[in-house]
Amino acid sequence: MAVAEAAPELLSPAEIDRAFRDPFSPSKRTKATSWIVLLAVLTAFPLVFTNPAVTSIGVFTMFFLLAVVGWNIFSGYSGYISIGHAVYYGFGQYTVALLIMHLGITSGVSELAIVPLAGLAGAAVAVPVGLLVLRVRRHTFIVLTIAVMFIFQLLAFNFPSITGGSTGLNVTPPPWSGNDYNLPFYYIALGTAAIGLLTSWAVRRSKFGLGLLAIRDDEDRAKGLGIKVTRAKLIALVLSAFFVGIAGGLYAIFIGQVFPQFAFTPFYDLYLAVFAFVGGLGTLSGPVFGALLLGPLQQYFELQFGATTLYLIIYGVLFVVILLALPRGIVPSLADRYRTFLASRWRRAEERRGVEGSGVTAGSMIASAPGAAPAERGGS
Amino acid sequence: MSLIEIQEIAKTYGGIHALDGCTLSFEEGHISGLIGPNGSGKTTLFNVVTGYEQPDSGSVRFDGDAITRLSPDKVFDRGIGRTFQLTRIFPRMNVVENLHVAAQRSGGFRSELSRWSSTSERARAKEVLDFVGLTRLASEMAGNLSYGQQKLLEFACIIIARPRVILLDEPAGGINPTLLRHLASRIRALNDEGITFVVVEHDMEFVMGLCHKVCVMHQGRTLCSGHPDEVRQDPLVLEAYLGTDMREADLTRSGAN
Repeated sequence: MAVAEAAPELLSPAEIDRAFRDPFSPSKRTKATSWIVLLAVLTAFPLVFTNPAVTSIGVFTMFFLLAVVGWNIFSGYSGYISIGHAVYYGFGQYTVALLIMHLGITSGVSELAIVPLAGLAGAAVAVPVGLLVLRVRRHTFIVLTIAVMFIFQLLAFNFPSITGGSTGLNVTPPPWSGNDYNLPFYYIALGTAAIGLLTSWAVRRSKFGLGLLAIRDDEDRAKGLGIKVTRAKLIALVLSAFFVGIAGGLYAIFIGQVFPQFAFTPFYDLYLAVFAFVGGLGTLSGPVFGALLLGPLQQYFELQFGATTLYLIIYGVLFVVILLALPRGIVPSLADRYRTFLASRWRRAEERRGVEGSGVTAGSMIASAPGAAPAERGGS
Repeated sequence: MSLIEIQEIAKTYGGIHALDGCTLSFEEGHISGLIGPNGSGKTTLFNVVTGYEQPDSGSVRFDGDAITRLSPDKVFDRGIGRTFQLTRIFPRMNVVENLHVAAQRSGGFRSELSRWSSTSERARAKEVLDFVGLTRLASEMAGNLSYGQQKLLEFACIIIARPRVILLDEPAGGINPTLLRHLASRIRALNDEGITFVVVEHDMEFVMGLCHKVCVMHQGRTLCSGHPDEVRQDPLVLEAYLGTDMREADLTRSGAN
């Protein structure tokens, strides 16, 4: 089996890079620099804007950022849209509240030290929940995740001896004030979000992550190419639940209260899904853009119109407008337009030089197949 | 001993007997053709062999081991790859990513955490793309390729995984003659290296020119099998394809749509 087994022809990595390079994609250095700049801006933000009202919006935005980056690891890559991640969010909240209560923890630092356990609790509960809901796909999956989420809400309401029922649980907040109160939460959430992003990046470049994308595009065929689909989906869900659980744990301490209807709430998942959709589902940077643009807006609306839920209508309209203008979300749609722009500019330059299209023999033969796409196509 | 042995496979959908005690075998190192009228059970047979459908009864053996009712990923791990009648690629992944989905999944979970784009794997992907002639489109989204290019990509996705057997479901459907000759030459080249092929196809010229042995299915059973020239002359085959009293008809022309 020559193609099958012969030692790969000794192509140098540089030659392969040249063959596989996407001429319209930003270079690695550009990407890395952008991430570092973004991290620097987010790190500096609460030091520049020191008004506690502003930094607390920043805190909530970081909570969202952390959760939506986590949500995307599962739903974005695998295409299984979960509207039930509030299960892990709520579980994180109750875990932290109960531990602080029963262990009698009072110092703010020790309270924050418990937060990783909220992530582990979220991840742990994702295993049985995942084994249940991952049996179905698409719309049924979405409905089932919502249903499971409400079951948890009902459980929280109906076991008052553990959860406090509808009176909820109180968490003694750390004895700090003003920005001294906000900043630890801000930076812990930002740091965890950065870890989440690194995880997301590692998943995206691993074979495991490639399998998730294949599941998103055609699960049955992915299975036929040897991918253990159930295992892959479950692992992605557990990873994802870990970060959402941490968001829940931080939120519970920050707010100081846990209620069933706010811990296990469908709105939370709608936010996560909308943020990810608007930014660009299944991309590394999309959820970040989504959370950073819409997170503060959500906070602003809630402060301004919080008494009514009318702001949700404005939110819905905004969502529809963005999806009409940029149907795949901000990042992929803009990237596509940029590619189209570069490709057409490149083609015009070729024409000016009077060069015939890059006539690779096999390629041009294949391009003559009926309905062949032009090789250097841009967007759509 | 044959590489794939199918014994008395039956599969019904409601009242329809898609496979009705089908028995046949495919030899190692051959390109075997599987022909028959629409609805004769060819694709269902592929689905049963590759684990996409569970048979009601019967058994499938691959290299002596029973693989009946194994799930598709396990069948693939054993070394049987397939393409689909309606070409299936991963449209929102680029061509290179498509290839890597299937490549080298045998190393357990630890290997799954490694990068898919390591140098050796990329070299292998480049080799396969050169082999089918898609290198120029390496960074293109698979969904943007033409239908013929998608067929080649689907084919490339299978061969990169080094299977022992490749099942092709209507590889010639909807692609132009130039591309078809290209595809046939690729199949022959891989066959020369020892890969076994089973081809379901309606294009008789393609099947008769390519296959060492042809098996004809009709109403969920094997009608006959043998050398392409024998099968072409068989009155039962002519009858199954064309109804009665059409012995004069030219199978070559009528088969190709």
